[in-house]
Amino acid sequence: MSTALVADYLRMRGVSRRGFLKFCASTASLMAMPPMMIPQIARALESARRPSVIWMPFQECTGCTESITRAHGATIEQLIFEAISLDYQHTLMAAAGEQSDDALHEAMQQNKGKYLLAVDGSIPLGNPGYSTISGISNIDMLKEAAEGAMAIVAIGSCAAFGGIPKANPNPTGAVSVSDIIKNKPIVNVSGCPPIPIVITGVLAQILTFGLEGLELDHLGRPKVFYGQSIHDRCYRRPFYERGQFAESFDDEGAKAGWCLYKLGCKGPTTYNACATVKWNNGTSFPIEAGHGCIGCAEPDFWDKGGFYDPLSVTDWGSTADIAIAAGAGVALGVAAGALARKGQNDARPAPEAKP
Amino acid sequence: MKAMTLLDLVRGPLFFWALMIMIAGILWRLSGLIFFRLQSRAAKPKDDAPIVAGLRTVALRSVPPHELEKNITFQHFTGYAWHIGWFATFLFLGAHLSLIKSILGFAWPALPNGVIMVLAAMTLGILLTLWIRRWYNPVLRLISNFDDHLSVVLTILPLFTGITAFTHWAPFGTRYETMLAIHILSVELLMVWMPFGKIFHVVTSLIVRFRTGAAFSRRGVKA
Repeated sequence: MSTALVADYLRMRGVSRRGFLKFCASTASLMAMPPMMIPQIARALESARRPSVIWMPFQECTGCTESITRAHGATIEQLIFEAISLDYQHTLMAAAGEQSDDALHEAMQQNKGKYLLAVDGSIPLGNPGYSTISGISNIDMLKEAAEGAMAIVAIGSCAAFGGIPKANPNPTGAVSVSDIIKNKPIVNVSGCPPIPIVITGVLAQILTFGLEGLELDHLGRPKVFYGQSIHDRCYRRPFYERGQFAESFDDEGAKAGWCLYKLGCKGPTTYNACATVKWNNGTSFPIEAGHGCIGCAEPDFWDKGGFYDPLSVTDWGSTADIAIAAGAGVALGVAAGALARKGQNDARPAPEAKP
Repeated sequence: MKAMTLLDLVRGPLFFWALMIMIAGILWRLSGLIFFRLQSRAAKPKDDAPIVAGLRTVALRSVPPHELEKNITFQHFTGYAWHIGWFATFLFLGAHLSLIKSILGFAWPALPNGVIMVLAAMTLGILLTLWIRRWYNPVLRLISNFDDHLSVVLTILPLFTGITAFTHWAPFGTRYETMLAIHILSVELLMVWMPFGKIFHVVTSLIVRFRTGAAFSRRGVKA
């Protein structure tokens, strides 16, 4: 762990006291904390030593890393992220090959029991060779790194739930971090990718208050970001209430900004902060851009039916299935009718012979 | 193996099997009745227009008989009211029309959600009133059996769960997806029970009235 305090590091980076306090205020606001907590956050951050963070990308697309680096300009969130001692992230780090492996092992040894392990990507169990780093399988690397970690932050839906690699038929046998590691606290920051400010917000929260104040939902996600559905906070919600739905992406309803429920929006069943903190520095989010939510922050989102099927549409099979059911019904009915007729005929008295 | 959520289950395999059971069940009972009654007619019909007579009986039996009018007015008109409300809710809510379109390939314009919610709430109120009346009226209680009560409950549940899901009302802190799943499940229970209980009158009531009128006319009797 670096011995420099976060406050020293921020001063070195030219961050003013005013800018730092603004960040503390926005963090408190983001976490739904009262304003009286702002000085506490500032004190905690100033006096905090830069904790070592080891970031391991496994079976992933680098979208989560892309996301966190896509914060516009030199935002305070970026600086805080830089203020963390990011000792290993093989996509971002300058070192490569043995040098990066050495950096990893050095950080793990020096900060044993104190470092934060960030993981993005799922872990393939089908064959260790499906995904390796320096010839080491993801599962071996995860187990080794998790052993000395204070806690694990599973960044992105792949690390949190298995994500797209786990999608049917799951050719690599992909699983999530929590499927493997059972003896460490795990915070899931789901999304494909997660919102940058949500990643930095969670890291800041752990840095400031540890894991104590972090209330998680039943899927291990911080409630402060994942406590409400996108539908609950969607600016198009009034159109849903009135029953005004866009029927296609270019009709008058779509142009007027009506609800995208009928175009397959999964906002009602997706819990994330997209509709509140938004993306690209609060510019917009998918629904605001005219496309329904695909539910990427939820487990197995890839296998929950068509992205463009409304939530009320169910899997009713096919016309062939209906024909088979109808045929079986008619066959049963005719047989039952024939039996009933036979029973009726048998019950009738035989006609008397004519004299 | 993936853990299936309740919503996945009811939107997937449970809905599929409920639909198959409903279709097979309706056609089983309908074809059984038709085949059982199918017979050659030896006697010459005494009326030349059995179809007109059948239609006349359908119309006549859709209004209260004059002799009983005073006694059954409440039952009769509340019956009409909740049937209309129930089917309007089913057939004209936008979310339902998405499902109908996915099955039939076409749909029709939806009614505003506010109108549907008022209809649904009124229908629910009437159904609950009639069910309570069924328990408290000595005659109705005597002639009601398990089938009647189950059929009423299975008719009420989709309305109640639909209103809670639509309004995002979470009485026990349940999430929207759970309420939606419970709503779809309640509809599936109704679909499965429909061919086998008294709710089957949805299919047979008009057919039976028509057939009764036509058959009576052949024998020269007014139904």
